[in-house]
Amino acid sequence: MMRVFKQRETLLALAIVLMTLGIAGRFPGFVAPNNLANVFNDTAPLMILVIGQMIVILTKCIDLSMAATLALCGMVAALLNGAGVPLALILAAAVALGAALGAINGLLVWKVGIPSIVVTLGTMTIYRGTVFLLTNGKWINAHEMTPAFKALPRGVILGLPVMSWIALALIGAFAVVLTRTPLGRAFYAVGGNPHAAVYAGLDVGRTQAAAFVISGALAGLVGYLWVARYAVAYVDIAGGFELDVVAACVIGGISIAGGAGTVVGAVLGALFLGVIKNALPVIGISPFWQMAISGSAILLAVAFNAGRGRAAGRLILREEQRT
Amino acid sequence: MSREIPDRLQSRMARVWRSWEALLLAVFIVVFIANSFASPYFLNAWNLSDATFNFTEKALIAFAMAMLIVAGEIDLSVASIIALASTAMGLVMMAGFGTPVIVAAGLATGLVCGAVNGALVAGLGLPSIVVTIGTMSLFRGISFIVLGDKAFNGYPADFAYFGQGYVFWVISFELALFAVCALGYTLLLHRTSFGRTVFAIGNNPTAALFSGIRVARVRFILFLLTGVMSGLAAVCLTSRLGSTRPSIATGWELDVVTMVVLGGVNILGGAGSILGVVLAAFIMGLVTFGFGLLNVPGIVMSIFMGLLLIGVIALPRLVRGRAKGR
Repeated sequence: MMRVFKQRETLLALAIVLMTLGIAGRFPGFVAPNNLANVFNDTAPLMILVIGQMIVILTKCIDLSMAATLALCGMVAALLNGAGVPLALILAAAVALGAALGAINGLLVWKVGIPSIVVTLGTMTIYRGTVFLLTNGKWINAHEMTPAFKALPRGVILGLPVMSWIALALIGAFAVVLTRTPLGRAFYAVGGNPHAAVYAGLDVGRTQAAAFVISGALAGLVGYLWVARYAVAYVDIAGGFELDVVAACVIGGISIAGGAGTVVGAVLGALFLGVIKNALPVIGISPFWQMAISGSAILLAVAFNAGRGRAAGRLILREEQRT
Repeated sequence: MSREIPDRLQSRMARVWRSWEALLLAVFIVVFIANSFASPYFLNAWNLSDATFNFTEKALIAFAMAMLIVAGEIDLSVASIIALASTAMGLVMMAGFGTPVIVAAGLATGLVCGAVNGALVAGLGLPSIVVTIGTMSLFRGISFIVLGDKAFNGYPADFAYFGQGYVFWVISFELALFAVCALGYTLLLHRTSFGRTVFAIGNNPTAALFSGIRVARVRFILFLLTGVMSGLAAVCLTSRLGSTRPSIATGWELDVVTMVVLGGVNILGGAGSILGVVLAAFIMGLVTFGFGLLNVPGIVMSIFMGLLLIGVIALPRLVRGRAKGR
């Protein structure tokens, strides 16, 4: 099993490299270290969110409220900044609020037993609406933010912005958590076979709730980073971004049925979308093409996943079905 | 034995779903009374008729979506099908064709989109949630490629009938269409053998397959139906707005799914009724309209809708301790 996953991540990485080289063949500027760093930094928020979504999907759930959580935490961060709260506290508040919002999702799934897609469909509109209630729809613009607040994600260390470093650190940390800790194994076990997980002494609901808390906390962190980097906060920040996040997971080979996938795969999925998004203006294709291209990429990825992941018994069933 | 769900055996489940519709009816009456107290303009035949435009187009899709969800699948691409169908209608209109061809183009585009979803899900056996997230981007993406930041305007005058015309007094064409489709889908889901196979597949696809149901074919047909209904909704919406933009009907897929789930259809498949969806459509329409009369911004309405969705599903579960599902 492990070998298959390794193979598919290598293939995805190869596809990204080939795509980048193809573009570089005609536009050498695209592979300049500076530009590649830009592309990476631009994709950093997506990569962080994808880690959270991936863990939720591992447990057979889905979190559609990620972008709304991001918007609410980002707005709260901007408001706290306006109230003169120190940066360290703002950061802690954004992450804590995100975790709390994730916990609401998690508790509704765990304690009330509502399917996650329904829960997060509801909380998505509730969280997004709360941003409006907080501000009455007003924007918070760059001149209303302190320089320190805006500077943190943009500060450069060793040639890379802090935001990229945060993404790299989180990718490394969660790769270890998922493969080397009991909690990480629990996520796979709960999604891979819930019944067996119960007999192995795992609390399925609580593990799912934990996944939602992680996903919320990461969305909260990205909320601050997003608002600080773009130096603007409004109701519709990252509107519809939850689907990009799910798309990146699918492209990265995270099985929507739960229990299968790796952090590296998910991050490569995000990078794949990031490279496309940044390459389109370079090769002179209208940005209006991006949506159709990422849609096609999702369909190709899922068809590709199914092609390799299909078990023999299942195949026989399908054949019969067609007749 | 509940009359509205004749294809279920007399069981605890039948009673639960029966009481679900009773609950919806109660919510509907409360919302209706609250609205008539909240605004003096509410109890007026023309105002109430206007209110139906808030949900008729979404409800058309919700009927087909309900069957799809009962069968254990989902289609998140419906709003994007509206965008693509509307774009196709605009192209046909620009080419100089009249209303019949424009309508045919909208319906045909819906059919083709449904066939694409159906082929990927039923033919290749891919998970519908992922496939339709993909086609959601693809279909609307094609609209964006065709239109960019432009819009199609100048639909012929007689085309306006579908979204703005009235059949009789305050009964709009859309409301009449809604009623006909509600009846049609009630019969299809609850009175035909096809409807029974949909329940069978939703409850246990493997058992359905071994009892001789052509599971893949039924799934394909359900996606076709959802596609055509989205095309129909596109005809009504485009006619009502009189223009096409690629961002048309953004976010409607979530409203439609909310409507279906609020209507008591089990999101995990296997249970639900069209009557519930009809009631949910009326509740959503009334809430939206009532808030509109009170000048409540749309985004605040959406908070209420989210709370309603979670609340209506959570309450019975919390009260009874453990309801069905999960």
